[in-house]
Amino acid sequence: MSAYDTAHHDDHDHHGPAPGLTRWLYTTNHKDIGTLYLWFSLLMFFIGGAMALIIRAELFQPGIQIVDPMFFNSMTTMHAIVMIFGVVMPAFVGLANWMIPMMIGAPDMALPRLNNWSFWIMPFAFTIMLSTLFMDSGGPAGGWTLYPPLTLQMGDSFAFVIFAIHFMGISSVMGSINIVATIFNMRANGMTLMKMPLFVWTWLITAFLLIASIPVFAGAVTMLLTDRYFGTSFFSAAGGGDPVMFQHIFWFFGHPEVYILILPAFGVVSSIIPTFARKPLFGYDSMVYATASIAFLSFIVWAHHMFTTGMPLAGELFFMFSTMMISVPTGVKVFNWVATMWRGSMTFETPMLFAIGFVVMFTIGGLSGLMLAITPADIQYHDTYFVVAHFHYVLVPGAIFSLIAATYYWIPKWTGNMYDEKLGKIHFWTSTIFVNVLFFPMHFVGLAGMPRRIPDYSLQFADWNMIASIGAFGFGFAQIIFVWVVYKCVRGGEKATDEVWEGAVGLEWTVPSPAPYHTFEEPPPLAVINKNHF
Amino acid sequence: MSASSGYYIPHEARWPIVGSVGLFLFFMGFGSFLNDGSLGLPLLLIGAAIIVWMMFGWFSMVVRESEAGTYNGQVDVSFRMAMMWFIFSEVMFFGAFFGALFYARQFSGPWISGDGGGGAAMTNAVLWNGFDYIWPNNGPGKIGDGFAFNQGFTEMSWFGLPLINTLLLLTSGVTCTIAHHAIKDGNHEKMVRWLAATVGLGAVFVACQAYEYYHAYHALGLKLTTGIYGSTFFMLTGFHGFHVSMGAIMLFFVMLRGMKKHFTAENHFAFEAAAWYWHFVDVVWLGLFIFVYLV
Repeated sequence: MSAYDTAHHDDHDHHGPAPGLTRWLYTTNHKDIGTLYLWFSLLMFFIGGAMALIIRAELFQPGIQIVDPMFFNSMTTMHAIVMIFGVVMPAFVGLANWMIPMMIGAPDMALPRLNNWSFWIMPFAFTIMLSTLFMDSGGPAGGWTLYPPLTLQMGDSFAFVIFAIHFMGISSVMGSINIVATIFNMRANGMTLMKMPLFVWTWLITAFLLIASIPVFAGAVTMLLTDRYFGTSFFSAAGGGDPVMFQHIFWFFGHPEVYILILPAFGVVSSIIPTFARKPLFGYDSMVYATASIAFLSFIVWAHHMFTTGMPLAGELFFMFSTMMISVPTGVKVFNWVATMWRGSMTFETPMLFAIGFVVMFTIGGLSGLMLAITPADIQYHDTYFVVAHFHYVLVPGAIFSLIAATYYWIPKWTGNMYDEKLGKIHFWTSTIFVNVLFFPMHFVGLAGMPRRIPDYSLQFADWNMIASIGAFGFGFAQIIFVWVVYKCVRGGEKATDEVWEGAVGLEWTVPSPAPYHTFEEPPPLAVINKNHF
Repeated sequence: MSASSGYYIPHEARWPIVGSVGLFLFFMGFGSFLNDGSLGLPLLLIGAAIIVWMMFGWFSMVVRESEAGTYNGQVDVSFRMAMMWFIFSEVMFFGAFFGALFYARQFSGPWISGDGGGGAAMTNAVLWNGFDYIWPNNGPGKIGDGFAFNQGFTEMSWFGLPLINTLLLLTSGVTCTIAHHAIKDGNHEKMVRWLAATVGLGAVFVACQAYEYYHAYHALGLKLTTGIYGSTFFMLTGFHGFHVSMGAIMLFFVMLRGMKKHFTAENHFAFEAAAWYWHFVDVVWLGLFIFVYLV
């Protein structure tokens, strides 16, 4: 199976990794860069998670116990920034780096040096971002959405927050350009668009979203910067501008950003479920079209984040209906996953457990999203813990679960070793139980009126908050199991076969485990491609 | 689309990490500078110098490799796609500022003056009583009038310098295309001549813009701080002017490479990338001319 891609290694000048630290600093290898991205996001996951635990510790009881309100607010802000820009986005870029070239039969990414730069911006950008926490004026505390005029009132660290965002944006745009060029230009002969694995499709569409939305965000924060330091009036009504205008520009980026965080997750789940159901993915074509529809709709729904700002009625109605339309392609996806499992020869290894957990719990988040889409209802729910429950259901048992599932699914291919299945299952069940203990009660306190981003709360919310905090610590510590499993798997374990999973389909399973430093230096033959797609 | 025989994978490079360090120092320095930190300006300049060094180093490396015939057709396509999508991202960046301009003119301005139904009339009566919206304006607070309260500013007329600027840029688009046809005929001398004309027109454009800014600040009382009109006017034209400068620098280096006869009739992607960028700033200018100056 793997003879054709190993035979040509020896006659190359640089067939193995360079020794020492410079291997990682100067590397142009997609697997090295993917690994860097994944370790970086794992580190950031624990930094962002520690911030979440500070928040939940403070909210364990009503009253101000542990941190002062300003620091609490900067924790909620920083937790969001770290988790979105430092964990989910780079982790998916890491998966894209590792998997896309192997999935399309390419030797590497289209622009390997640019790829190196995309990664090596991230540690520097987050150094700037996190350093603001240690500045005299403290970190950003006005929420990750940076709404003016509140955010313009923060201290000197404001400029550094803005520049850190610019810095990360450069990385995201370069990374996305690279992914688009790779998918369009590097596919092996015979790997037609409609033979590509869905992970590749979802990333292609995600990359478009990034290239189109990140520069708009850069523009928005630039306007904040000039309003603050250069005396412009973009967001000041006294000067003829409008603070609400920021919200429009921000969410024109922000809503596509939401799909940037979840579309690659759809791709991961669409790869895993067919493997363990031992059936082809149900409705491949409709999955592709549904992904594209979601991406298109994501650009015309942004003001559903702003129903309480006093938009004209026509605007509220338009954004309500366009938002509800998203449930159609998303429903197509969920039904396709369920139909894939229908009458399959199912087994429940850890990746499959996380994938099924994703389908169930992401759907809960999707349904609360539909509730929030209804304008008159949203006026009640707005800025309550119901919203917090909603987006955490789509992002934690959604995006994060898919990342964990992807790691379990592909780590035998990365390391050549099987992970510890028993520990993996323990990790799944502790995570799933605690994540629901953590986030489900937020629906209740939210509907009862508990506001978000406040360190104190009214007494009637005390019980559910205490339960949520217990869930938070349980979920947090459960992730240490994950690190242990990954560490053990990197160090050794039962040898993985090339195919790894019975019934796995895709070019990545035709190369040896661990995947050699260079794969597909010669494109895979047509027969191999035709045999390895749905 | 298809893989040609023999892929090209570039060797490792140190320039990306140099670029990251440069950007890091630049941003740290800029942030410190804005807060009056004493180390700000030196850090900013060191960072900028490192970025310029990185760009020289990185581009020279790529040019050397290209001249050595290292690249194949597939690499060429990757470069083309990267440049196309980079320009698209720049379009979206300008889109944010055009969006701000449209929103301010169509929505927030009329709403502050009480039009548009809903609570607008009440808002106007209570908060901004007597404010009547006409474009251009600097808001009910008359922000940025500076020296004399209530002394207005004069808007920028489309006739005169902006019209000349439009003609300059449109002409430069033509000269750029003539240069392109020249290199397609393999004629380096002609290409260099017409590129020199293009860069020259770009430089004259930037000079005219600088004069216009001077005129706006000193004769018209129009500044960056002059409310929403000043904000949108200077930010849109300012970012455009910056991009024209970048485009002109790109074309200038393409011209230098033309003098060294780096290109062939078939293989001159560096020229095309710079030319695409030049046409992009041209089109942005037409948007500016219509929406900032004309209407």
